[in-house]
Amino acid sequence: MWDWSFTLEILPTLASAAIITVEATLIGFVIAALLGLVLALVRIAIPWTAWPISVLVELIRSTPLLIQIFFLYFVFPKFGIVLDAFTAGVIAIGLHYAAYCSEVYRAGFDNIPRGQWEASIALNLPQWATFRDIIIPQVIPPIVPALGNYLVALFKETPLLSAIAVLELMQTAKIIGSDTFRYTEPMTLVGLFFLVMSLVSAAIIRVLERLLNRRTSR
Amino acid sequence: MGIRTLVGMLVVALAVIGLLATQTSYSLFLPGLLEGALLTIEIALLGSVLAVIMGVLAALARLYGPAPLRWVATVYVEIFRGTSALVQLFWLFFVLPQFGILMDAFTVAVLALGLNVGAYGSEVVRGAILAVAPGQWEASIALNMSRAQMLRRIILPQAFIAMIPPWGNLFIELLKSTALVSLITLTDLAFKAQQMNQSTLKTVPIFTLVLLIYLAMSLVITIGMRFLEQRASAGLSRGRAA
Amino acid sequence: MTEKPMVRFDNVSKRYGALTVLDGLSLDIARGEKVSIIGPSGSGKTTVLRMLMTLETINDGVIWVEGEPLTHMEKGGKLVPANLAHIRRVRAKIGMVFQSFNLFPHMTALQNCIEAPITVLGMKRKDAEERAAELLNMVGLSEKKDHYPSQLSGGQQQRVAIARACAMRPKIMLFDEVTSALDPELVGEVLQVIRQLGREHDLTMLMVTHQMGFAKEFSDRVCFFYQGKICEQGPPGELFGAPKNERTRQFLRAVLEAG
Repeated sequence: MWDWSFTLEILPTLASAAIITVEATLIGFVIAALLGLVLALVRIAIPWTAWPISVLVELIRSTPLLIQIFFLYFVFPKFGIVLDAFTAGVIAIGLHYAAYCSEVYRAGFDNIPRGQWEASIALNLPQWATFRDIIIPQVIPPIVPALGNYLVALFKETPLLSAIAVLELMQTAKIIGSDTFRYTEPMTLVGLFFLVMSLVSAAIIRVLERLLNRRTSR
Repeated sequence: MGIRTLVGMLVVALAVIGLLATQTSYSLFLPGLLEGALLTIEIALLGSVLAVIMGVLAALARLYGPAPLRWVATVYVEIFRGTSALVQLFWLFFVLPQFGILMDAFTVAVLALGLNVGAYGSEVVRGAILAVAPGQWEASIALNMSRAQMLRRIILPQAFIAMIPPWGNLFIELLKSTALVSLITLTDLAFKAQQMNQSTLKTVPIFTLVLLIYLAMSLVITIGMRFLEQRASAGLSRGRAA
Repeated sequence: MTEKPMVRFDNVSKRYGALTVLDGLSLDIARGEKVSIIGPSGSGKTTVLRMLMTLETINDGVIWVEGEPLTHMEKGGKLVPANLAHIRRVRAKIGMVFQSFNLFPHMTALQNCIEAPITVLGMKRKDAEERAAELLNMVGLSEKKDHYPSQLSGGQQQRVAIARACAMRPKIMLFDEVTSALDPELVGEVLQVIRQLGREHDLTMLMVTHQMGFAKEFSDRVCFFYQGKICEQGPPGELFGAPKNERTRQFLRAVLEAG
């Protein structure tokens, strides 16, 4: 059923593939977090963009990431831009999650009670100081765990990159499987890797959440 | 987004599909894609039914089951939430046969997606049950109801309303996940798209149509769930504004 | 004593961790007796009702209902903690009305009143509806029977809650600060229903209340709770007219000043 020597044999290959997975996750998340912030801020700063941006966000969130990955991968060359599979895939993942992240930021700002702005005006605080000292410190605590959850979700979607032959963890496991006709060990190891990473991340997010909440409630 | 905007988006999406269908460069692909969409819908529907069943069962087991059942449910939820749908799909598709369990790709698809979303669903169900006011339990005890009667008649009907919006999101996640089944040989909408793309290299028309079809299906789910929510909470909210 | 008391608290204690909410409470209530419980918040008065309704477990002592243990059952001549079946059989004699009404929001007034009679008592729907209609008539809400709780005022909701509790034909009724969540102008209609209930039915009533006037006029006995114990009890005329205990005097003076 389970071959330990085979497991040991494939472990180094899978480990180096896991590095690609982690790289894709981190780069994808940086794109998602920054682009999401830009979308949210543009929405606040330029009111007429609110509607088109919300339609765009809805569009991205309503269609499968896999299709978006394929689309970007195949459509870039049409415009003369040749991207390798990793770059195209990571951009697609980043774009997809930027849509989710922008909603997180938006909810964060929306949740600040009007009274906070009004109190700041009553104290005659300049607008920038209001933003920096009053609003931002209250926005961050709920945002961090929400972004953390999307980081984990994004991480779990990186196996989709195997569909455009990026040599991340899942693709590597599949290749090992088709070469050796043994799928049990590689596939199970991939599953375990994701499970452990997700559980650890969830625990970290919980701790972070508690720390942040303690600060604001003081 | 308001329900009007959503309906408006659906109308626009369908109109654009119709408009594109008048052009040969697009209409060429439409029959094949719609055929794939049919399989997508089939898998999404069956997967959703399984997800709801698993979600409710796992939630009840975790809340009220005896210890062993509670552990089983917790392990199920953690495993299926902790790994991703594609990992689960591939594991069921490639590994189970090595243990002599043979299922066709369609069954694997429904099973993997249903179990995956069911795990998230169990958290939704659990949260909704726990969110019912404690006074409702107390009133049920004061009326001497049995545990099963309280759950069935008092708690679940109230929790049901709170569950509708998050389940709507889960159904959309499930619909989007159906694209993964193209990777285990099923000829769904995503599979057709790849296949046509490979043979014709007409990426833009093909994927524009595919994205629009997925968008339309998602919107139908969102709009349907909004209506369900309105109808279910009709009694609760009637006169509340007054 | 010839007749067994309707309710007997026998040296009952309730603790939350280090906090003792009720400290060795012993209290007998006779059939048909109307007892009001008054006292400052945190004195454990609501806990008395909640324990009797089995919403709270007890740490020490035994609660008896009509000579039968509620929290315990006899096994080989000894009292052991009761199982759910035993508790359900005994607590069928008790009904309760809550401070926050706790009506079922997804059911109309009528449905609220027939739900338990049908599912718990196994009554036929038609009989249950007839009985519920009578009770809603008694509380003056015949024309509101198809309204949902959200369409009713607080006073109306509380009257439906009283009808709902009566539909189970309890022998003992518990009222837990039933007017505290109401706007002042709605208190009267609820007290009126309770008054009528006490007159027309042979109910044993136990109520926690802040309405001193009502407690004085309505009850046979008033118990003043202080720090988890009965500090003083007696007929309302005596307790309100000439309280013996200094704590009671302080409490009554404070309540009076607050209006």
